[in-house]
Amino acid sequence: MPDAAAPAPSANGEVPLVEVVDLAKHFDVSKPFLNRLLEAEQRQVLRAVDGVSFTIPRGKTFSLVGESGCGKSTVARCVVGLYRPTQGAVLFDGTDIAGLRTRAQIRPFRKRLQMIFQDPYASLNPRWRVSNIISEPIRAHGLASSQQEVQSRIDDLLTHVRLTPADGEKYPHEFSGGQRQRISIARALASNPEFLVCDEPTSALDVSVQAQILNLMKDLQRELGLTYLFISHNLAVVYHVSDWVGVMYLGRLVEWGEKRRLFRYPRHPYTRMLLDTIPDLDMSGRDRQPVAGEVPNPINPPSGCAFHPRCPHANARCTEELPRALPVEGGGQVACHAVEEGRLAVEDRGTITPPPIEDALRAGA
Amino acid sequence: MSDALLSVQNLRIEFPTRRGTLVAVDDVSFSISPGEVLGVVGESGAGKSLTGNAIIGLLEPPGRVAGGAITLEGRRIDNLSYDRMRRIRGREIGAIFQDPLTSLNPLYTVGRQLVETILTHTDMTPTQARDRSIELLQEVGIPAAERRIDSYPHQFSGGMRQRVVIALALCANPRLIIADEPTTALDVSIQAQILALLRRLCRDHGTAVMLITHDMGVIAETANRVAVMYAGRLVEIGAVRSVIKQPKHPYTVGLMGAIPAIGSDVDRLSQIEGSMPRLTAIPPGCAFNPRCPHAFERCRSERPDLIASDESGVACWLFDEDASDVPMEVAGHA
Repeated sequence: MPDAAAPAPSANGEVPLVEVVDLAKHFDVSKPFLNRLLEAEQRQVLRAVDGVSFTIPRGKTFSLVGESGCGKSTVARCVVGLYRPTQGAVLFDGTDIAGLRTRAQIRPFRKRLQMIFQDPYASLNPRWRVSNIISEPIRAHGLASSQQEVQSRIDDLLTHVRLTPADGEKYPHEFSGGQRQRISIARALASNPEFLVCDEPTSALDVSVQAQILNLMKDLQRELGLTYLFISHNLAVVYHVSDWVGVMYLGRLVEWGEKRRLFRYPRHPYTRMLLDTIPDLDMSGRDRQPVAGEVPNPINPPSGCAFHPRCPHANARCTEELPRALPVEGGGQVACHAVEEGRLAVEDRGTITPPPIEDALRAGA
Repeated sequence: MSDALLSVQNLRIEFPTRRGTLVAVDDVSFSISPGEVLGVVGESGAGKSLTGNAIIGLLEPPGRVAGGAITLEGRRIDNLSYDRMRRIRGREIGAIFQDPLTSLNPLYTVGRQLVETILTHTDMTPTQARDRSIELLQEVGIPAAERRIDSYPHQFSGGMRQRVVIALALCANPRLIIADEPTTALDVSIQAQILALLRRLCRDHGTAVMLITHDMGVIAETANRVAVMYAGRLVEIGAVRSVIKQPKHPYTVGLMGAIPAIGSDVDRLSQIEGSMPRLTAIPPGCAFNPRCPHAFERCRSERPDLIASDESGVACWLFDEDASDVPMEVAGHA
């Protein structure tokens, strides 16, 4: 899909920190060879991610939203290198890190990007002391020369995530969920990364704790100039943390753009549908029409535009032809035939004031 | 209230342990009228699920109801024998739990599970029960119910399974449904569908629903009234609109401020410092006082009761009208 290639570097010529180009990850989910032979079945391929392209400017937050199974976590794992993409490139500071093969080539990049996982109960070794957990990246990357240096770095990191140096002597089970997520963040920061991939970092937490973690992440971004790729299914959280938002459906990025512009002028019908499902805390009495249908099985996705069975604007073309990603004013792209043909007018959802387009361009569109 | 369908008075749930008795739910009182959806909201460990389990008599030992009374249509149900309670559960009180896969038996078709439940609680013949099962599946929005009735739970998607669980809860036309985090495991678009279904059932059948959730958004969408729990106690109760728009208790205020909102461009969310106390270390006085920005002397020593009227109530000394020792600037906040 040459059309889906990432846009050129931003208006002021700065290269974005992360550029994902036509990323695809397919999983072979076939039955074993003998079963296929006996039951005369074909190989089955799950296209978890297909043709995904976006860019993340330095120091900004790009969020991916979508329902479970849409491939957002797979994109995250491809970006940090936990999965090798089937196709496409992940450009980190200009280098395609997905194409690197030897340890020696990958090593310099490893410490520059880190990941924070959803479940703070499963992602920390219960038999290690917190100081050990946090110092592992420091030791692995040889970032400190003496034990004292490691210790002072640990104390520093714990203070950074608003814990105390004394907490380093404890074990993970002595902490609450929110505190454990702080430990995960401290571990991720240990190698001085520039880029953090956060896969649903607050989904397992209560709202008041979620607020603490989101505030901490924003503070750290400001202090350390971090760039985030943020994965979440919660649109309100995404609106709060992001500068750029991408909406995924069945392995494809259906729309991405500047946060305020996307939430005020959603173009893709799926984006509109997702925005409609947000519970209304203003109690304005908006009559929410729940959308019918469910996400189809990704092994047998619908032909053409994968959203067409649930889309109120689908026509014959949508069932046959895959929509191309078209640029949107103010940066970003949308992949929808109805939008392309002008059948579907841009909707204005009021209240949110998007930044002037020039600003959006300068921010890295 | 005499017209209440369910009334819970001064409920206390204890867990005896080797190191002393833990009080998990303390002095909780509320009531639900027919056709009403009462939302119960709070963070994990606040005691909301325990309260729900106590009502349906499914407290896991060693947890036990140590005080108070639960009345359903005027009859005490908290002191019934296991067998009597078993007949009420399912027939008069239905339950919907968070994970639809664990609430269904994976070895039986959904039809068999529905028919069995109907036969247990009503006088229908097996043929009538099967017809009724199909009707129920249609009512909860399962397409091609006549065919799907013979499918096994794993052949349904998460949202469809939750619909089956709701159909199971509806089998005997219960007067009250306890829904414990019914949409937490589901995607947002499916969540909206399930909540719309619950609201419709409530309206059409006059069923009362106790909706337990940690998600204020779900409450705002679905409930008529909301009860906010913190560390085993009810801190605020009232009409959804007033609690969400003008929360009174400092905890509710903090909770509402912590929810990110679309369109509000605040850089930082208001956060409640610290975390909820463990059951072993609930502070004296108001349980929220160590985290409360407005706490004063009285909060640390004396426990506020829920000053409850029919409409609303809040358990906070800031709202004690005949108090003289409320500091002026704090009273201003109130």
